[in-house]
Amino acid sequence: MERTYITIDGNEATAYVAYRLSEVIAIYPITPSSAMGEFADEWATQKKPNIWGTVPQVIEMQSEGGAAGAVHGAIQAGALTTTFTASQGLLLMIPNMFKIAGELTPTVFHVSARTVATHALSIFGDHSDVMACRSTGFALLASASVQEAHDMALIAHASTLEARVPFLHFFDGFRTSHEVNKIEQLSEADIRAMIDDAYVFAHRSRALSPDRPFIRGTAQNPDTFFQERETVNPFYATCPQVVEKVMAKFAQITGRTYSLFDYIGHPEAERVIVLMGSGSETAAETANYLVHQGEKVGVVKVHLYRPFSVLHFLQALPPTVKAIAVLDRTKEPGAAGEPLYQDVVTAINEGLAEGSVPYAQFANRPYPRVIGGRYGLSSKEFTPAMVKAVFDELKKADPKNHFTVGIEDDVTKTSLEYDPSFDIEDPQTVRCVFWGLGSDGTVGANKNSIKIIGEETDNYAQGYFVYDSKKSGGVTISHLRFGPKPIRAPYLIDKANFLACHQFSFLERFDITKMAAPGAVFLLNSIYGPDEVWDHIPQETQKDIIEKKLRFYIIDAYEVAKKTGMGGRINTIMQTCFFAISGVLPREEAIEQIKKAIRKTYGKRGEAVVQKNFEAVDMTLEYLHEMKVPDKVTSQLTRKPPVPPEAPEFVRNVLGKMIALEGDSLPVSAFPVDGTYPSATTKWEKRNIALEIPQWEPDLCIQCGKCSFVCPHAVIREKVYDPGFLKNAPEGWQAVDAKFKELPGMKFTIAVAPEDCTGCGLCVEACPAKDKSQVGRKAINMVAQPPIRERERVKWDYFLTIPEVDRTAISVRTVKNSQLLEPLFEFSGACGGCGETPYIKLLTQLFGDRLMIANATGCSSIYGGNLPTTPYAVNREGRGPSWSNSLFEDNAEFGLGFRLTLDKQNQFARELLPAFVGVLGEALVDAILNADQSSEAGIREQRQRVELLKQKLATLKTPEAQHLLSIADSLVRKSVWIIGGDGWAYDIGYGGLDHVIASGRNVNLLVLDTEVYSNTGGQASKATPRAAVAKFAAAGKGIAKKDLAMMAMSYGYVYVARVAMGANDQHTLTAFLEADAYEGPSLIIAYSHCINHGYDLRYGLEQQKLAVNSGVWPLIRYNPLLALEGKNPLILDSKEPTIPVEQYAYNETRYKMLVHGDEQRAEMLIKQAQADAERRWALYRQMAEMSFGITPSNGKGGQD
Amino acid sequence: MVDLSTTYLGLKLKNPLVASSSPLSQKVESALALEKAGVAALIMYSLFEEQILRDSYKLDTDLSRGIESFPEALTYLPDYGQYSIGPETYLRHLRNLKNVLNIPVIGSLNGVTDGGWVEYAQKIQDAGADALELNLYNLATDPEVSCADLEAEYLRLVTHVRNAISIPLAVKLSPFFTALPNFAKRLAECGVDGIVLFNRFYQPDFDLEELEVVPHLVLSNSNEMRLPLRWIAILYKRIAVDFALTSGIHTAEDLLKALMAGAKVGMATSAFLLHGVDRAAQILSDLQAWMIVKEYESVIQMIGSMSQQAVADPAAFERANYMKVLSSY
Repeated sequence: MERTYITIDGNEATAYVAYRLSEVIAIYPITPSSAMGEFADEWATQKKPNIWGTVPQVIEMQSEGGAAGAVHGAIQAGALTTTFTASQGLLLMIPNMFKIAGELTPTVFHVSARTVATHALSIFGDHSDVMACRSTGFALLASASVQEAHDMALIAHASTLEARVPFLHFFDGFRTSHEVNKIEQLSEADIRAMIDDAYVFAHRSRALSPDRPFIRGTAQNPDTFFQERETVNPFYATCPQVVEKVMAKFAQITGRTYSLFDYIGHPEAERVIVLMGSGSETAAETANYLVHQGEKVGVVKVHLYRPFSVLHFLQALPPTVKAIAVLDRTKEPGAAGEPLYQDVVTAINEGLAEGSVPYAQFANRPYPRVIGGRYGLSSKEFTPAMVKAVFDELKKADPKNHFTVGIEDDVTKTSLEYDPSFDIEDPQTVRCVFWGLGSDGTVGANKNSIKIIGEETDNYAQGYFVYDSKKSGGVTISHLRFGPKPIRAPYLIDKANFLACHQFSFLERFDITKMAAPGAVFLLNSIYGPDEVWDHIPQETQKDIIEKKLRFYIIDAYEVAKKTGMGGRINTIMQTCFFAISGVLPREEAIEQIKKAIRKTYGKRGEAVVQKNFEAVDMTLEYLHEMKVPDKVTSQLTRKPPVPPEAPEFVRNVLGKMIALEGDSLPVSAFPVDGTYPSATTKWEKRNIALEIPQWEPDLCIQCGKCSFVCPHAVIREKVYDPGFLKNAPEGWQAVDAKFKELPGMKFTIAVAPEDCTGCGLCVEACPAKDKSQVGRKAINMVAQPPIRERERVKWDYFLTIPEVDRTAISVRTVKNSQLLEPLFEFSGACGGCGETPYIKLLTQLFGDRLMIANATGCSSIYGGNLPTTPYAVNREGRGPSWSNSLFEDNAEFGLGFRLTLDKQNQFARELLPAFVGVLGEALVDAILNADQSSEAGIREQRQRVELLKQKLATLKTPEAQHLLSIADSLVRKSVWIIGGDGWAYDIGYGGLDHVIASGRNVNLLVLDTEVYSNTGGQASKATPRAAVAKFAAAGKGIAKKDLAMMAMSYGYVYVARVAMGANDQHTLTAFLEADAYEGPSLIIAYSHCINHGYDLRYGLEQQKLAVNSGVWPLIRYNPLLALEGKNPLILDSKEPTIPVEQYAYNETRYKMLVHGDEQRAEMLIKQAQADAERRWALYRQMAEMSFGITPSNGKGGQD
Repeated sequence: MVDLSTTYLGLKLKNPLVASSSPLSQKVESALALEKAGVAALIMYSLFEEQILRDSYKLDTDLSRGIESFPEALTYLPDYGQYSIGPETYLRHLRNLKNVLNIPVIGSLNGVTDGGWVEYAQKIQDAGADALELNLYNLATDPEVSCADLEAEYLRLVTHVRNAISIPLAVKLSPFFTALPNFAKRLAECGVDGIVLFNRFYQPDFDLEELEVVPHLVLSNSNEMRLPLRWIAILYKRIAVDFALTSGIHTAEDLLKALMAGAKVGMATSAFLLHGVDRAAQILSDLQAWMIVKEYESVIQMIGSMSQQAVADPAAFERANYMKVLSSY
């Protein structure tokens, strides 16, 4: 039978099988497995049936714990059920996994294996999550490639039904889940043939049913539990045979042969590496290469890791083996060795020492030496050079045990040295690397190219994409391989035959041509023409081009994009250049295929879009030039250092390396031991990504502060200062008389950080001051950045030297005044125009010097804490927000922990203090104990007192004095804020959030409500409004948004506010101040426009207004203190809706796309959304108008 | 019994009241209500090619924004297998209306590209429209484009469409033509069956608080029919096409005036939006009553009865009218 080849990634390859073999699918987003759930949801929306002809039920749960619970229930009720997850998500499933396995219930969990957070979170791949499940009783089945993920998914489903042991099928997160590779597709018939329905019926017959009642899940006592726990042994004993049988059947059907342990290499190998996952592909390819070089080496690829079949493992080993290295992609600190290593040692020990191996293949041979090592944590590269280093280590008489490979461990000396130049790549494989700017379309175009090459030629093809941790203006690096042989190279290309740089400015930041092989093609997108480009290239790059004899091409892709209406998207243009130069296909055929891909990708978005892309393709070749390379370096330019020389040493030597994409070269000793990093380091990373930046027009400015208030990146700031600072001001400095009544005789300036701005334009939209003769000119306008970059940089630097305003000199209760406060959150990696970060920035302006933040995992933890640099800053006194991220689900509890400690230490300090009256004096002790810290001045005075206290205590050596000294700072008021998105607050963390606000403790919760899981790409949460489309709600969300504010108000002692900065900035400010002042729990739900909403975020503030005006987002404050005065605590701060919901909603593609996709449903849902808004408004109005004469609490959070 | 029937674009209509292009045609229910209230034909809302292009580009931009850039969020919205970007929604709705209505349904089209005009006109025809109304809505803002250029372009497009379809074709014009009779004549020469006078442009307004230009929709009133009334009266019999008067028909009196000026039909929307679709029944009943009182036998009898060529004082339609009004102050 003719087999079909497709070019897809590991997630799709897996979901393709899982979907077809399931009746119920419970999902929850987590990187890097989210795409599997998204595919399932989209296919169900499209009514794609499983192999039995029915469409699976797909349901999103509130957490992975919830998904596991739903899976458990569904399989107990007899459905064929699956789920997809990774990392922390898998950990949340563990309790159910024990139950599911204990009850011998078939299911498959597909896991794109990802690092479990320890000293830091990492979204990348290793086996620490899977290894944490070893004791659950699940079978663990490993895949090493996209093809294997496709195949093993089927083998897992087929095996679990027969074996009754539940399966966890895993493959490496990102490296396999996101690698695009050409694979042979399993047909529906293949899948059908692999599943014996008798086992399906058996599964159903074991299910719970009132028609044949029984109970399962009893509680047992010491008398019986143990024995019963042993009843499952036969199932685990036979499971390997079942899998072996299924694999044999699979081989019969597809021709692809797998074993529980595959051996690759010399039949008489003396040195063998044992490992699983994608690294085993690299190891196997390297072993084959070395065998050709005459070495006796081999590799055991582990597929069925649990149940671990000692017999099968030993059978897989060549009897000649003398030394074995077991590689684990995980770390178990304190263990005798990593898991696979321990299993191998145990297996060999059992097999030999106990004589359990029937044919004694190792008889009369010395016991093989077994060593273990770690590799590839968090997707660290694992290359043939590293494999070779391990084989070489095995040659030694006394090889290093418990080694690491792939890093330099200069602390505990675990690492093996390797020769990075060792290369086994087939010369017939073409290797291409493309450097692109996030959102310029480079990756999408390369994915299309891979598909074209993989599906339209006889070549095999592979694509892997490296992304940036910044959400705007990040770098993408695409690694493409293609050639006549299957590509088993799950590691990055370091010597490319074709190298493309899609952004000219990268040349000054990165060593791009380092990756070029001698004689390679180098394609540069250049705004400079053929006659001038050479002298704009840095010396280092010129040198590389000459010395490596690169074939150098340039194209002005931006010009072509501009002429053809493509905007900033140069994808099809650069793709056309690639095909034209590489010659992988004849030029005409390549263009035809590119156009075919364009039609496939964009056709559904309208013919006009297709034609625009076609025009770009057709125009490209006119602009492509092959350059004659000069024979000498002539440039006056050199590559810029990643951070300036005046940066602190750690920033230069460690963070700077990361910024330059050279973090791999940092040794262990470079790092902190406990994940602690300095604050305020984003200021050293000048990303320079804005094409346009705001420019201030002092003559129009009314000094309202709105531009600064809304700036997501804290790049537009204002200061009021002594006129004396004008004397040394740099050229072009602008100043006007300050219009602040508390600060007479001062000057006022607005400054812009030109190299930190993302060019979002929110400030311009917020500016209310218009030129009376030309209303289009405002007090802030966007202008081209390059011509003014240097001037503005100098001005910005000078601006920073001017002292901040005295916080006690002004009232911060107005938007205008609030913007004189220094932001202590700056230049984050958030999206341009982000709707969340202005709230966080405001928080740091108001309370930053006494602020503790607990941050739920999500967007705010990524732009808040993803290395290399940190946006939380420090003021001149050395104070600033202290910030930490625990997990996604526990953030409210984590933050509550901060408060508990602060309160405890404060209480202890107050208990200790009176004993020191003699030393400190009664006045100081009294003043400290009775300080009024409700104002900036009060806090400052208390700080001064505490400073004095600390000075005096420092001279005392008693234990009590030392204790008091160590906790004295707790006597100064702190503000605890618990920050996260709606995924946390409404879904996964809701239980904790509810408990924490119910606790009555003085914590503040800020929910940055984007109405989707933003960080993982827009999956629906319970905050997603009705009628909006989101992933996991691809058909448009059919139920109304949860009213979290209403739920919180029901306690009566929780301060609650729903704010939208764009609709009413003063309301937002007031709510923040009231929340901080309230001595009990506070909850602020902040409307946060988001890239997931599908419109230009420059208009985010306007959308916020429309949201409020339509009644979708009523502004409220619920202040329990008002109840103490006999007043109604609920204040409705917005007016009755004045516009229909659709006038707001249909500006956003998240709503509008449903009109294009399913008009009838869109119409129904928007009507219901309108009714939701009207109903909610009516309810709020009634509540706000109620007479309220009861005093429900003591106003201090209901605490006793 | 008076005869209310008329013909328009070769279509036999039971009376001269037609629902003009409006949101009322966007819903089957409101279209059915119009039919029930007695309107003789329905002009569908316009298929705007510009809107299709805008939707298409916007969807593409919004689905592409920021994608394939950040590893945790390679896309931000689910991408459907298919979108109804393009005329399909319109055409589907047209087919629905044809299925449920007994009165003629006339398609309405506003294009921007050559290909768009012709392609969509054909599709509207194929979807079963009884006739097509071209909405020549193009605000001439470029000082380099002369009226001759503009008119030539219009005629070229109309000719393309005329050659592409066989169903009756009407053209809806704005009042901003320097020499309307000449242009109407050339339209007729292109094979146009009818001319609809006049299109009402959305006139933007200023928000003095925000100093912004804002869209502002004002429904018509009876006074607005004077302009088309005059021009139909002038053009009637001079140009051999059917005329329809739109803008300002709110009462039977308005409709009577339209017919007497020379319109085969009067088209209304604002009246229905302001007073509900039952206003149509009221207008028709008042029309009938008036005709009975005045002893008119048929609508056809009165069409053009007060056109410029039919009145005793043709100059009343020309400059004299202006002078008379001024002098009356």
